[in-house]
Amino acid sequence: MKTTKWLALFGALALVLAACSPSDDDATATTADGSTTETTADAGTPDTTEAPDSGMSAGEGGLVTIFQWQAPSIVNPFLSGGTKDLLASSLVLEPLAEYDPSGQLVPALAAEIPTVANGGVSEDLTQLTWTLKDGVVWSDGSPFTADDVVFTYEYCTQTTSCTQSSFFDGITSVVADDATHVTITFDAPTPFPYNAFTTYQSSILHKTQFEGCVGDELAPTCTEENTNPHGTGPFVVDEFLVNDTVTYVMNPNYRGIADGYPFFGSALIKGGGDATDTLRSVLELDEGDYSWNAQVTPEVVAQMEAAGFGTVQAGFASLVERIMVNQTDPNPDLGDQRSEPGNPHPFLTDPAVWQALSMAIDRQALVDVGYGPSGRPTCNIWPGAPYASPNNDACLTQDIAGANALLEEAGYVDSDGDGIREDPDTGDPLFLLYQTSTNTTRQLNQDLIKANWAEIGIDVELRNIDSGVFFGGDQASPDTYQAFYADVEMYANESGSPDPQNYMSGLGTTGQIVSPANNFGGSNIARFDSAEFDALAAELATTGDLDKRIELVIAMNDLIVQNGAMIPLIYRGSASGLGVDIAGVGDINGWDSEFWNIEIWTRTG
Amino acid sequence: MSRYIIRRTLIAIPTLIAISFVIFIILDLAPNDPTGSLPLTVPGDVREAIREALGLNDPFFFRWLKWMRQMFINEPLNFIESVFNISIGAGEDRVRIVSWSSRSPVVDTIIQRIPQTLWVLGTAFILGVIIAVPVGVISAYKQYSAFDNIGTFVTMVGYSVPTFFTGLLAIIIFSVWLGWFPSFYDTTLEVNSWETFVQQVKQMIMPVAVLALFNAAALSRFTRSSMLDNLNEDYVRTARSKGISENRVLTRHVLRNSLIPVVTLIALQIPGIFAGAIITEQIFRVNGLGQLLIISIQGGDVPMVQTLTFIFAVLIVFFNLIADVTYGLLDPRIRYD
Repeated sequence: MKTTKWLALFGALALVLAACSPSDDDATATTADGSTTETTADAGTPDTTEAPDSGMSAGEGGLVTIFQWQAPSIVNPFLSGGTKDLLASSLVLEPLAEYDPSGQLVPALAAEIPTVANGGVSEDLTQLTWTLKDGVVWSDGSPFTADDVVFTYEYCTQTTSCTQSSFFDGITSVVADDATHVTITFDAPTPFPYNAFTTYQSSILHKTQFEGCVGDELAPTCTEENTNPHGTGPFVVDEFLVNDTVTYVMNPNYRGIADGYPFFGSALIKGGGDATDTLRSVLELDEGDYSWNAQVTPEVVAQMEAAGFGTVQAGFASLVERIMVNQTDPNPDLGDQRSEPGNPHPFLTDPAVWQALSMAIDRQALVDVGYGPSGRPTCNIWPGAPYASPNNDACLTQDIAGANALLEEAGYVDSDGDGIREDPDTGDPLFLLYQTSTNTTRQLNQDLIKANWAEIGIDVELRNIDSGVFFGGDQASPDTYQAFYADVEMYANESGSPDPQNYMSGLGTTGQIVSPANNFGGSNIARFDSAEFDALAAELATTGDLDKRIELVIAMNDLIVQNGAMIPLIYRGSASGLGVDIAGVGDINGWDSEFWNIEIWTRTG
Repeated sequence: MSRYIIRRTLIAIPTLIAISFVIFIILDLAPNDPTGSLPLTVPGDVREAIREALGLNDPFFFRWLKWMRQMFINEPLNFIESVFNISIGAGEDRVRIVSWSSRSPVVDTIIQRIPQTLWVLGTAFILGVIIAVPVGVISAYKQYSAFDNIGTFVTMVGYSVPTFFTGLLAIIIFSVWLGWFPSFYDTTLEVNSWETFVQQVKQMIMPVAVLALFNAAALSRFTRSSMLDNLNEDYVRTARSKGISENRVLTRHVLRNSLIPVVTLIALQIPGIFAGAIITEQIFRVNGLGQLLIISIQGGDVPMVQTLTFIFAVLIVFFNLIADVTYGLLDPRIRYD
């Protein structure tokens, strides 16, 4: 009798659950198709009776849902903790100019790009004058003027914790000539003067809003300003939940409203989960429109794309996965002197060895297993046009036999028959400690490369370190990529701008060699030491002619790659998942914010 | 009993101070760095400047004492001010604990997330208790019956299989194949109509079910063994021989005695609601305290981690005391002095 009572209770429960069986479409109610009319009304749509150029009225598209598995923590790009925050700010704030997916600088808040030809840049390359667009207003209605640009410069340079201060290197002054003209003066002739105030890393802040927030003491206290900045972009922040979501509504004072931009009346950036979960939400479950940073292996992506709701697209910029070859000796017996310049590596400085290492790698297999369409094998540190070198493509074909021959000739033979070659000078077996960050794809690639190198008689030990530690830059830690207490390490790096000067110089000049002397602050991780490279870098810093610059960059690239400091592996694109019904995105932008053109995104069908 | 409570509370204070010290030391020695998530394009000297500005290079004791002062004096004062709308002293000058990643006060973020945590995890906890106790009771009463065997099997599976597996399995089955429930938790959903209420229930079902299963598993085993102990006692035999109905023997005598250890176990598990179901929250993208903790750990946001772990420590110490007091109240044989 007791049992029947319990059974009846469970039966009733089951009935109730069955009654709540869902209908087919509302499981995906978070996508935009449901609530168009309501959200448009809520967003305070302006008068839509004007004939818009886009053929549509601003805000009629409803909600666009973006998944960023790294959740935004702050909406101020100058205090950002990573790309996740920069993306959140790029819907609201705008720079003077931004890069399109092909690396071309296009004006945003500026009227045109200043050059020597149109008189915007002085002949001696020390001064640059931006002309601002007329009639632009901030989201609170006040006019956008040159004072805001000057203030942004002061804000970042006077706040030590400003993460983008390197964008303002080499500038002696920023002055507002009048309401629509700003002149930047550099301390030396600067052939590429477009670093300051361009890209989503250097957007313009509203002076009246941020006036009381300058300096390290005050900047963190301005929580309201940091999470809801006034902007000139298509959206403004409606609600901000730290490390979780940002909801935006259309900026009522946006200059494109008359033409029908933005199409979407509201936006949502939802954080949390990991790359696979967020990609599944967009591609398989149609719960969202965009999934940023889809670092998922190709076979999983193929399964998800089969559902037909979306695809993964990649934008190529300058991100190259490479193996850094330590030119110095990381032997722990050296104590403090490990990986210091002055102690050359026992065998990795020998051209035969690192050439063989590079020849033995099957780069296509690495791409097939780990990246699919969002990766391409490469032999150059800068593989993008027009600076790509044509001189190194021999490495694209794996050549085990050639690598073995090279090592035999150089004297690295396997004298004791254990399958591992020995160094003729010391008699020690060729052993490499190969480290990288903890990441599934990287571990897959490590396994493949270890197998490749085993075929040429090199013994490899694999190691992986948590990303937060590996990239953390803690000087006390022996596990950072800068400390480089290993023989080879693998990671990806990219340039902050389509102009290779700062990036390429940083990679190889002797002044940038990482050592305790400069607090591990340099970017020459491989400890590459070449007077010829230093001379090329110095020349590049003063050359204005584009063809000559291309020649110099190619020469620098060839020097590094042909002297074994780095072994380029894969030219990686920024991969993101995109719903099939979203139009207007164009190519994924690897140079600037992936939401750089969100105002022209539309939803079809 | 009151002397006991006062004594325990007084001992708790140095305990908590020692706990905060240990937390501080561990985080200080950990190699993580708040500039670790910045793109590699940010040069080393800028990173060093950021670290300097965040106060990372100050000596250890100075940072610990500063945090203690902020945590025990500034934050409570702030809380009192905001709740009662009064002003105590110079409110604007009071330095608050600020998160390194969001540059906003830590306590504000935590308070923002508490309702969500209580909703999802609190519901899962209550549901777990509601399922576990009857299942445990019936399993014990009908020992070795079909119900008991199935119950044992399900609870063993529920306890052994980790929540990230059951969570993912639930998503695959219910979101991908069947399409019944959304795969993530929409934290911006406001419940103001029947449709939004249904939507809220739908997005809560999977995380709550996954967590409830896990909670219920351990609790039901415990209830079952506690019941078994009591069912074999002499007083049960006496009650039956006195002619009391089986129902009353079970509910009025056996159950009440068996629940004593179960209640204390429940009290000890309550802090777990807050510390969360870190993994489940990550899988379902619920913005609870567990997810906040893991994000802060990964991002090297030390003030947030310190404050959160300290709050969890306070909750554990507090609920330990509650569990002991409850045990003493329920069981007259226990006397503290």
